[in-house]
Parts: sequence; C-alpha cells; structure tokens
Amino acid sequence: MSEILNKPEVAKIYIDARGPRFAASITTLVLAIALVTQSAWVLALQGLVFLIGAVRGPQFTPYGLIFKSLIKPRLKKEAPTEDVRPPKFAQAVGFLFALVGLIGAIAGSSAVFTVAVGFALAAAFLNAAFNFCLGCEMYLLGLRFATK
Amino acid sequence: MKNYLPLAIVLVLATAYGLWWKRGEGAIRSNKAIPGHRLSEQVLGEALGSRATMVQFSSAFCAPCRATHALLSQMVETIPDVKHIHIDAESHLELVRQFDIRSTPTTIFINKDGIEVGRAAGTPKREQVLKALEAIH
Repeated sequence: MSEILNKPEVAKIYIDARGPRFAASITTLVLAIALVTQSAWVLALQGLVFLIGAVRGPQFTPYGLIFKSLIKPRLKKEAPTEDVRPPKFAQAVGFLFALVGLIGAIAGSSAVFTVAVGFALAAAFLNAAFNFCLGCEMYLLGLRFATK
Repeated sequence: MKNYLPLAIVLVLATAYGLWWKRGEGAIRSNKAIPGHRLSEQVLGEALGSRATMVQFSSAFCAPCRATHALLSQMVETIPDVKHIHIDAESHLELVRQFDIRSTPTTIFINKDGIEVGRAAGTPKREQVLKALEAIH
C-alpha cells in the first residue's frame, strides 16, 4: 500500500502549525467586517490574501508575515510543525468563495455576496476556534463526488 | 448601512457545528460498519495482524493524519499481535466508497478475519485505542 506521507514526489514543506490558526483568526475578523459592511473591497483584499496563500503558501501571506515577525518571537513553547498542503488547500477553497462573492457583488446580487462570505467566514471561524481542518472533512467527499 | 444579522447567523451555526464536530472527533464507534465487506490481506496487499489491524485512511490535505499515523505506528511497536496499515485514500477510492469513508484520517479497526469492529474519524486518543483493541479477540 502506498504510504502517502512518505511519497518522494510530495514536497515536504513543514511550517509552524500555529501560523495558519493565527491567520484564520485575522481572516475571521476581516470577513466579519466584509459581511457586516457588505464591502466588496474588503472581500477583494481578503481574496488576494487567499490567492497568495493558495499559490505560494500561507507563510507568505501578510497574515503569515505578521505571525512570523510579531507573534512567533513571543511564543515560548517549541513550535509544532505541520505539512503546508492542508492550509494551502483551505486557502484555495477560501479564494473560490471570495471569487464567488465578488462576482455576486459585481453583478449586483447582495444575496450571492452574503452567502459566499458567510461560508468563507464559517470555515475560517471553525479553523480558528476549533482547529477544524477543512481539507480533512471536505476533500475526500469532494473527490468522491467529482469522480462518481 | 450595517447589518449584523448575517454575521450572527453564521457565528451561531458555525459554533453549533464546531461543538458537534469536536464531540465526535476521534471517538471510536462500533455502529458505523458497512455489512458484507471485508478488508482481507488480498484487498490490503499486506498481512493482517494476528489479533487485530488498524487500517488508517489518509489524504494529503489533512494535518491530523500525520499525528494519527505517529500515534498508531508507535503504539503497535509494543503490541505484537496488532498491525497498523496506512492507506492513501485518494488512490484507493473504490475502498473509500465501499467502506463509506467521508473524512481523513479515518481508522478502521478490524479483527483477524478482516471484519470491521469499529472506526474512528479524526485522531483518537491513546486510551480509546487501547480500549478498542482490548475488546478485539
């Protein structure tokens, strides 16, 4: 049986596991502001952050950089590490929701905007508050659905 | 114009879901088995443990899979009649469907005949694993 964690072709990049959770807290706040003010601009900025996180990795987003320069030096415990792929996947899902929300805003549909931002906010909040792992819960179901 | 209602709805629903999810996460349940399926040596491509085997399904976008793998593979080192087999869910979708695996990590506890006796979605606790293994003869 293939050992997924030992696959040679899978790049093993490990980052501080506390970084994505800190970023999820900021994301929750930003998306809450976007939802309350119905601001497409705030969502666009968050969408850009999601895009950087999905393409380059969460450690390169503004939130990741804040964590590295301001938060990490103040944490005393030894850093738990985490594979970069799960948070990258979550950022990609976040980007898709932001994109749908923005398209809704441009098309003048506040309902589409509200629902899309609402889902992205729920995922970010679950990650920040409960350490919920979106890739664990959704990826396999999505794959099962997509390959039926 | 500010509207706090959507924010309140999202936070209430997400908190309710989060609490429900956290409660079930890692628990080993004995009532989720799909009848009529066996995880045999032929299916798994590896010999089963002489008493029990823990078959862990993992995927790439899953942080707790690593922690679960570390826990289970370390535990079986001291339990000679129990094996830990690790499966990449993405490349075994037929098994994933057969056993109705929805999230990763999911660990299926099977007896020496390959019959499921319990499963855990999420990372189980060491004591829970020991208790589940003790019940398999």
